Amino acid sequence: MDITLNGEQKTLTTDMTDVQRLLTSLNLEPQTLVVELNHRILAPDEYATTSLNDGDIIELVHFVGGG
Amino acid sequence: MDSLVIAGRTFSSRLMVGTGKFASHQAMLDAMEHAGSEIVTVALRRVDVNNPQDSLLRHIDQSRYLLLPNTSGARTAEEAVRLARLARAAGCEPWVKLEVTPDPWYLLPDPIETLKATEILVKEGFVVLPYMPADPVLARHLEEAGAATVMPLGAPIGTNRGVRTRDLIAIIIEQAHIPVVVDAGLGAPSHAAEAMEMGADAVLVNTALADTASPAMMAEAFRKGVEAGRLAYLAGLGPQRQQADASSPLTGFLRNDS
Repeated sequence: MDITLNGEQKTLTTDMTDVQRLLTSLNLEPQTLVVELNHRILAPDEYATTSLNDGDIIELVHFVGGG
Repeated sequence: MDSLVIAGRTFSSRLMVGTGKFASHQAMLDAMEHAGSEIVTVALRRVDVNNPQDSLLRHIDQSRYLLLPNTSGARTAEEAVRLARLARAAGCEPWVKLEVTPDPWYLLPDPIETLKATEILVKEGFVVLPYMPADPVLARHLEEAGAATVMPLGAPIGTNRGVRTRDLIAIIIEQAHIPVVVDAGLGAPSHAAEAMEMGADAVLVNTALADTASPAMMAEAFRKGVEAGRLAYLAGLGPQRQQADASSPLTGFLRNDS
């Protein structure tokens, strides 16, 4: 399955069926970031129940220093 | 010192600080501490999925500091609204420092897109603090649109050039019914003091603190500058004159012709 993750093309292995698994595989802590799937913001309780599909566009954002 | 009220919330500090460009998290925290700030700005960016970094939020005590996410990087109202929504989804209070800066060289705020985004975000329940050109007419439009403050620039972001827009900021201060926060371009405590003496309600600094050998010391200097300026404004500056007006008595000189 091919997705666009933070602007980059990525091919996911077949076990990467939902958002929660994707975050885990990337070693990211869900509570420190926000997930946007196809321009829709997901609530944290949706991560495990939201399946990933070919062509999905995913943005993972977090806070950094800024003025 | 008297307190600052923004959108019904009371703050004792009139110095907001940005968290960008510090050499380390510790330098940033030291600056926040010594500035005595209660409001600190943060930015939203893509996670580097190939090299995940320690989360900034781990370092900032949110019971002590109100996080004010900015929409830096947005070039249109639409992009700014998207960033504001993402910030709120991250669990922040719905406060946003609205920045729409299409021009990459001077990072000047786009007045039309800023007003559009303010209207949308206010309707969505955000407390909107828009970064804006020092334009008194725009300030009135933003106030009418429901902005919680206006944040006119002193000089372009990161330039350390001081209150170059002084005369226009004076008009904004005279006419505004919401707090005026001078943001951007303040490079020295004297600049902050100048803005506060003019009657600004608060200032926001980042580069001036981050880009120095001792952010903590500079933060303290800015805190004192802001307090000095505020006290001077409250006391009321004396009038300026062309000719001298002696401070010492003009009688009783030790000479015979008087």
